[in-house]
Amino acid sequence: MNRTGTAYATWRDGWRRFTARKYFWPAVLACGLAFSIAADRYDFVDLYVQLIVIYVGINIILTVSLNLINGYMGEFSVGHAGFMAVGAYTASLITVHVLPQSVAAVGFPVAVLAGGLAAALIGFLVAIPSFKTRGDYLAIVTLAFGMIVKSILENIDAVGGPRGLLGMEKLTTLPWVFFWTALSVWVIRNLVYSNYGRGVLSVREDEIAADLMSVNTRQVKIIAFVVSSFFAGIAGGLFAHALQFINPRMFDIIKSTDVLIMVYLGGIASLAGSIIGAVIYTLLLEILRPLGIWRMVFMPLLLVVLMIYRPRGIMGLRETKLFEPLGDLVTERLWRKTKKEASDAAP
Amino acid sequence: MPLLEISGLTHYFAGLCAVSDFHLAVAPQELVGIIGPNGAGKTTVFNLITGVYRPSEGSIRLDGRELTGQSPHAITRLGIARTFQNIRLFKDLTVLDNVRIAHYGEAAYSPVEALLHIGRFRAEEKRITVSALDLLAVFKLDFVAHEKARSLPYGLQRKLEIARALATRPRLLLLDEPAAGMNPNEILQLMEFIGWIRRTFSVTILLIEHQMRLVMGICERLVVLDFGATIAAGLPAAVRSDPKVLEAYLGEEAAP
Amino acid sequence: MAYFFQQLLNALQLGSIYALIALGYTMVYGILTMINFAHGDLFMVGAFFCFLLAVYLKLSFVPTLLLSMLGVACLGVIIERLAYKPLRTAPRVSAIITALGVGLFLENFTLALSPYPKHIPPLLTNVTWTVGAVSISSLQVLVIVLSLGLMLILDFVVWRTKAGMAMRAISWDKTIVPLMGVSVNKIISLTFAIGTGLGGAAGVLYSLAYPVIDPYMGIMVGWKAFICAVVGGIGNVRGAMIGGFILGAVEILVAAFFPSTYRDFVAFTLLLGLLILRPYGILGRPQPQKV
Repeated sequence: MNRTGTAYATWRDGWRRFTARKYFWPAVLACGLAFSIAADRYDFVDLYVQLIVIYVGINIILTVSLNLINGYMGEFSVGHAGFMAVGAYTASLITVHVLPQSVAAVGFPVAVLAGGLAAALIGFLVAIPSFKTRGDYLAIVTLAFGMIVKSILENIDAVGGPRGLLGMEKLTTLPWVFFWTALSVWVIRNLVYSNYGRGVLSVREDEIAADLMSVNTRQVKIIAFVVSSFFAGIAGGLFAHALQFINPRMFDIIKSTDVLIMVYLGGIASLAGSIIGAVIYTLLLEILRPLGIWRMVFMPLLLVVLMIYRPRGIMGLRETKLFEPLGDLVTERLWRKTKKEASDAAP
Repeated sequence: MPLLEISGLTHYFAGLCAVSDFHLAVAPQELVGIIGPNGAGKTTVFNLITGVYRPSEGSIRLDGRELTGQSPHAITRLGIARTFQNIRLFKDLTVLDNVRIAHYGEAAYSPVEALLHIGRFRAEEKRITVSALDLLAVFKLDFVAHEKARSLPYGLQRKLEIARALATRPRLLLLDEPAAGMNPNEILQLMEFIGWIRRTFSVTILLIEHQMRLVMGICERLVVLDFGATIAAGLPAAVRSDPKVLEAYLGEEAAP
Repeated sequence: MAYFFQQLLNALQLGSIYALIALGYTMVYGILTMINFAHGDLFMVGAFFCFLLAVYLKLSFVPTLLLSMLGVACLGVIIERLAYKPLRTAPRVSAIITALGVGLFLENFTLALSPYPKHIPPLLTNVTWTVGAVSISSLQVLVIVLSLGLMLILDFVVWRTKAGMAMRAISWDKTIVPLMGVSVNKIISLTFAIGTGLGGAAGVLYSLAYPVIDPYMGIMVGWKAFICAVVGGIGNVRGAMIGGFILGAVEILVAAFFPSTYRDFVAFTLLLGLLILRPYGILGRPQPQKV
């Protein structure tokens, strides 16, 4: 009696969890989108708060995309701001110079997408040295890449040289940020829970063993770099049209360091961690704004203390079940059921 | 026709000759052992077959197809899988993922389908997951499918490594010192296990070992390496009494 | 031709400063396989110590240099003990992020205390000699000679002393060295002291040569010196010196023959090309793949 009771309870709980998960994400996404559209349309949220939420979104995109290289693939890229710069400049040039003023608002997603694609193309080029070079040497390649992007931009007068680009309209709105943030998290989560994503993980764990287990490591590296830089470019486009002016110095090594800190604060190889890291870091910097320069003294100290007590970051190598694809769970549940039936049927 | 045919295989490390003029033909379903003292070049032979190193000279053919110059993953796709002397699992990944990764070469969906989880993705993922679980069940590892590989006990890690290699659907399985760190009793079990794998998966097996007990018990043929050179080859009984082999293993005084 | 020699001299001056900083990176890396990203900021602290000692205590050059080196070395050892030592068994990257954090802390702490750039008073009377059409300042000669001297002393310490032997042994195999009766902690502290002390010396020499200093000066110079260390082959002391001189020469010569804004671009592209041709640096050797 008691036994069947517990079995029933387990089954019921499992069913509840299952249905809850099935509707969890659609509900979250619908609410988020509705809220962001309403906030944008009816201005019931303070503009300053809106701007901070926009920065949080952009930082989530940057963190999640860098985590693909640094966390999931286990390399140490220090040039993420370089990809961001490519996206920011491409998107801004399109909205300012290519698109007529009247259609700029409609063309904005196209401009951002173009920024992402341009960054992805550069990401493809950066992936090539990663075939042979690893670890600290690859870190230098990405570092040099970031610095090369910055100094090229400083030397092109057509994009304003060191003074930068002006004249973008404030096209980055809450709904757009919500859309791109959700898209980037979704796509990178899809990649991670796929054959290619497992390939990315195997490169981190043991590249030689991965190659010997039929993983095409070059293909995996290209995919990781292209996807990561694509979303960095998207973040750049959004950033440029939130701030309405950009210059090369915004995308220097300090910016890359910022993203690195968010990645490792949240924890490597974790989407939930990246989101938490980006939110905490961005909000904390805002909350501590009254401290002036001392907040920049306080924040690094906090990071050091966190690293000493939690060297893998808040969520390092762990993931909330909410990101796991339902398909895997269903497949395995069915498989176990069939197996159990088969063994029960056998004498 | 032999499944694996190696002829004139020679490899130098910075002038040092690690393997010289190595010949070997392995027929389908055969179980051949490569033995020799430490540093004899046994693992180097495996690394040359699987494409980790590119041989200085010689040719390696699988079913008549030349393997030298191909990348390791391409060679694995052609049907050669291996384990490692010091276990090289993907330690921070789950047991299930360790086996699923070995399906990389056969997943039939494009990166775009993977990024958007559309098209062939769902059906293929289901197939891969079921195939991996089936394999784990055969090895009685399915109850630890969601444990991290590093948390398994040593014996299970060895088993998982073999399961992972078999997931690439090899025709030729290379086992690099499978008995390392095992006691005589465990070696006895391992001998049975290897025979069972050969029958169940109908694979050809090439095995490196320096535990004489294991190779004498199960190998049909032996090749003995010393300082990169082949010093004897043939049936286990003949190899065991070969004076050159005794000398290599026991030193000069022991040789009759 | 005279112009070329003039620039070569400038290149030697800048290169020797880069080399001094690169040595700190490479020594720490050799022992802990850890990139101490706070090193560039310790260089900056060296420059600020120089400012404090020269302006407030009115010390002359030699005590300023020695005390700055000592101060930075102490700071380096303290940082190692407090921030890096607890992370010795943690994933490598946690230590790197911690080092980035320490670097940011040093930068912003200095900025909070001194919001404006500072001018370093001339500590030495500068004499200029003219040889042919090339003018040589005594300051330039001093920077070059002092840096080379420090590097020679370091080379001697690493290759000819017992402590140096222990350092090389640890970088070769960390697990076996304690079994030989060597105190690993002491050697690590010593390495940090020497490495950061050299960085401090570089800070003093740099602020004499380019006398306006600010809290962010260490970032760019630090990253560039790190690149020097990698180009030379990270973990390799002589490689770091070579890398420093190469970067110094490239930067000065590019600025001499192209518009100066191209300097970073050309320098980094060349270094990138060099790394793609020689992925493990000039004197570095690839780690043999063990399968």
